Amino acid sequence: MLDENTRKFIDHLVQNNRVLLFMKGNKTFPQCGFSGAVVEVLKRHGVDFHTVNVLQDPAIREGIKEYSSWPTIPQLYIDGEFVGGCDIVREMDANGELAQKLAAVRGDA
Amino acid sequence: MSVGTDRAALLHDRVVAALAPAALELVDESHLHAGGKGKQSHFKLVVVAAAFEGRALLARHRLVHDAVGELLATKQLHALSIHAYTPAEWLARGEVMPQSPPCRGGSKTD
Repeated sequence: MLDENTRKFIDHLVQNNRVLLFMKGNKTFPQCGFSGAVVEVLKRHGVDFHTVNVLQDPAIREGIKEYSSWPTIPQLYIDGEFVGGCDIVREMDANGELAQKLAAVRGDA
Repeated sequence: MSVGTDRAALLHDRVVAALAPAALELVDESHLHAGGKGKQSHFKLVVVAAAFEGRALLARHRLVHDAVGELLATKQLHALSIHAYTPAEWLARGEVMPQSPPCRGGSKTD
């Protein structure tokens, strides 16, 4: 499922975007409630983030699941580390862990 | 839902077998989603299990993913919202289920 070119491309994205969201749709028009919920959380934290619309690229759509060993979209990466999907992001938003991670990103920027 | 695809029962049984939960609530939210009414495609799963003690959220979700297995991987399930608590956490939050986000209609098949 995850071919070498796709892996390299995802590596590149993960390494070059401090806050990176693989999602369905984009920031303006999320095409899935779970993706939209993560976008809303990130916007509320006022952090710059990059999104990849997996609906536009079947190789990434399937490849990212294997890359992260995670079966669903959305998927959030912060500083090269896989954070989780919608439920985890919302939980970390509620308990303050997300603010901590994003503060580190902002602090260095 | 066609005969032989009672995913709710299958999902329930797999999680029970793998995690021996102290509490389990499975809510079929398919009707809230594009093309999902009656499809058993979108579920919210609240699992309370001692197996989650000392494990971070990622590890807890991976345990549930492993239990559910190919149901997610083969897209028999479109979405599974997972809320994994230890028995102590579940009591602390007053045994209240979290809300799921609304659908936005992007992909109707998988």
